[in-house]
Amino acid sequence: MREVLEGSQAVARTVARCRPGVVCAYPISPQTHIVEALSVMARTGELSDCEYVNVESEFSAMSVSIGSSAAGSRTYTATASQGLLYMTEAVFNAAGMGLPIVMTVANRAIGAPINIWNDQSDALALRDSGWLQLYATDNQEAADLHVIAFAVAEELGMPAMVCMDGFVLTHASDVVELASAEEIDAFLPAFRPQQVLDVDHPTTIGTMAGPESFTETKYLQHLRFLDATEVIESWSHRFRDAFGREAGCLVSRYDPDTLERDHAAPPAAAEDIALVAMGSVVGTLQAALAPMRAEGERVRLVGIQSFRPFPEQALRAALGECRDVIVIDRALELGAGGVLTGNVGRALAGTRSRIRSVIAGLGGRPILEASLQDVVRRARAGEVGRLEFLDLKEGGVPLPPVGATEVAR
Amino acid sequence: MTTVHIPFLQTGTLAVGGRLLGEDDRSLQSQADRPSSLTKGHRACQGCAEALAARWVMDTAVEAADEKLIVANATGCLEVFSTLYPESAWKPPWIHSLFANAAAVATGIAASLHSQGRDDVRVLAQGGDGGTVDIGLAAVSGMFERNDDVLYVCYDNQGYMNTGVQRSSATPASARTATTPAVGRQPGAPVGQGKSMPKIAMAHEIPYVATATVADLRDLETKVRTAMSIHGARYLHVLVPCPLGWGSSSSESINLSRAAVQSGIFPVLEARAGEITDVQRIRQRMDVEAYLRPQARFAHLFKPGGEDALERWRALADANIRRYDLMGERS
Repeated sequence: MREVLEGSQAVARTVARCRPGVVCAYPISPQTHIVEALSVMARTGELSDCEYVNVESEFSAMSVSIGSSAAGSRTYTATASQGLLYMTEAVFNAAGMGLPIVMTVANRAIGAPINIWNDQSDALALRDSGWLQLYATDNQEAADLHVIAFAVAEELGMPAMVCMDGFVLTHASDVVELASAEEIDAFLPAFRPQQVLDVDHPTTIGTMAGPESFTETKYLQHLRFLDATEVIESWSHRFRDAFGREAGCLVSRYDPDTLERDHAAPPAAAEDIALVAMGSVVGTLQAALAPMRAEGERVRLVGIQSFRPFPEQALRAALGECRDVIVIDRALELGAGGVLTGNVGRALAGTRSRIRSVIAGLGGRPILEASLQDVVRRARAGEVGRLEFLDLKEGGVPLPPVGATEVAR
Repeated sequence: MTTVHIPFLQTGTLAVGGRLLGEDDRSLQSQADRPSSLTKGHRACQGCAEALAARWVMDTAVEAADEKLIVANATGCLEVFSTLYPESAWKPPWIHSLFANAAAVATGIAASLHSQGRDDVRVLAQGGDGGTVDIGLAAVSGMFERNDDVLYVCYDNQGYMNTGVQRSSATPASARTATTPAVGRQPGAPVGQGKSMPKIAMAHEIPYVATATVADLRDLETKVRTAMSIHGARYLHVLVPCPLGWGSSSSESINLSRAAVQSGIFPVLEARAGEITDVQRIRQRMDVEAYLRPQARFAHLFKPGGEDALERWRALADANIRRYDLMGERS
């Protein structure tokens, strides 16, 4: 049934239909609507056989999730921004212990200055935490990705973040078609934990490992990540077969003419300008590039759905021989460049692609279609620098007179 | 869970009890088929009171739970000396996550069990004073406030012993640690208000709070048994002398625990719903010197200039005796 729902509601209802045994969260904008909805469903019984635990901090939210997952329950939590950073120690720990917790990250900037609006610097700061990171383009995909995330996480014994742009998606109402409880029951295997605290078969989880075994455990974790690429692809194919919708593929290709998602779209050609992006900005790019495409400009669009594992092969396949690659990046490695750009660069190392990084939409700055179109035009003229900040108000914000900082634009 | 038959080590009535008692009154530890939840062969220091306390706590809890007990452990000595991969000294299902989150992990285990309908399985969390009184306090308080069905046990050795004897907020005033050296105008840990975790626990009005020491293991056993007979959040604070951190002889751990109680420094009590229901009376009052002098961390108190600090210790003992009626004067 197609209905108009707020993104947070779509996610909460889908999570409930995945039948978690424990939901534990601490509120933070813009994640709040998701956990509010789940707490109501837990009280009304719509979310049955589920414990909803209110905690005193995000650090405890992830810690409760660790205990609950280790004791054999499908476990869900959600957070954003400072909350994600506050739980960081436990986030790494959950991954090291191989606990398949699923967490929504309603992407938001990190302070200071404090800012509640959207960019992706929170989840990207935790790129090495050992969690899978799947990014939603729109609310339909945000909902669907949660079903895939539980399946993938539990098959791999590895936790998964579903990242959706805060406010832009979480608080936006859109037409969505939610998977029903029956459909999810048929699609998602029952949770069979790979390790569990069981009084009949006692185990010790979370021991100390010395130098003689630590590297090996990390190596095994790394190998598991390499497996994850195939597992995600396999579940996203199964999802497409079962629901007729695209979600959770590693890299999304877009039809060169319609700019609609099309997994069979040909790779970008040498003379194309390819834009690579992650999250809701992909939708903005669809709208911005359509008129240019109509004018005959050869522009291509490639979306990253899986940031961890980073799909290097799939990205190389999608970009083909493309010479001009522009990454629209919503997170900044200070003093270096875009976080996504760095990963794209590594994936394309050794190819003939020239990679440009455009930092856009930090802290909720609107990403304007006209600005994106300007980037493409300037790229065609060879005028885009290695690193740019979209719509930077040069001189518009007073800078303290320290050093001789020149901002590249 | 299988029990391992261990050699019967009769160490006298004071430590083990049982020899002069009837079958029903004997300590669990005097039984050849005690659960041995924390097995021998771990790497604790000689004379470690935490290892001794943990063995008694665990065995009693495991038996009280009919062997259906899951344990969450904070980072600290207890975790490090018992689980160096690939070995483990724990027989019950056991998890260690982080330093600050044992209480929250235990909450998660309890929530998971409840959602699975496994109300027969009990949950125990444990940590040292660092993981409980300092870095883990928020999680412990949250667990108390929600009244989660967890028994939390704090093994208080009054410092960060796992990292090389630094000060925690459970370190007593004037004690020498690596971060509060016995030099300068005010040697040792600064004198302040201190942080009493049993009082903090009582302020949450949880069903059961108790303190105990390894000087009276039967009392410890009884308190664990009592705690396990109750559902909801329960807190047990056990004083565990640390030969390394306290600078005491390995053979002195029990004597020091006894001196802490009998001098009035460490009140042994029980409380329900925030009200004290029982205190262990001092049978033969000892001077605080009996507690302080065998510990190198207090050596500077017995040099010229240490008189003021010694007086403060005496005043603390007097205050405790008054506040908790430890000599039974009011009865």
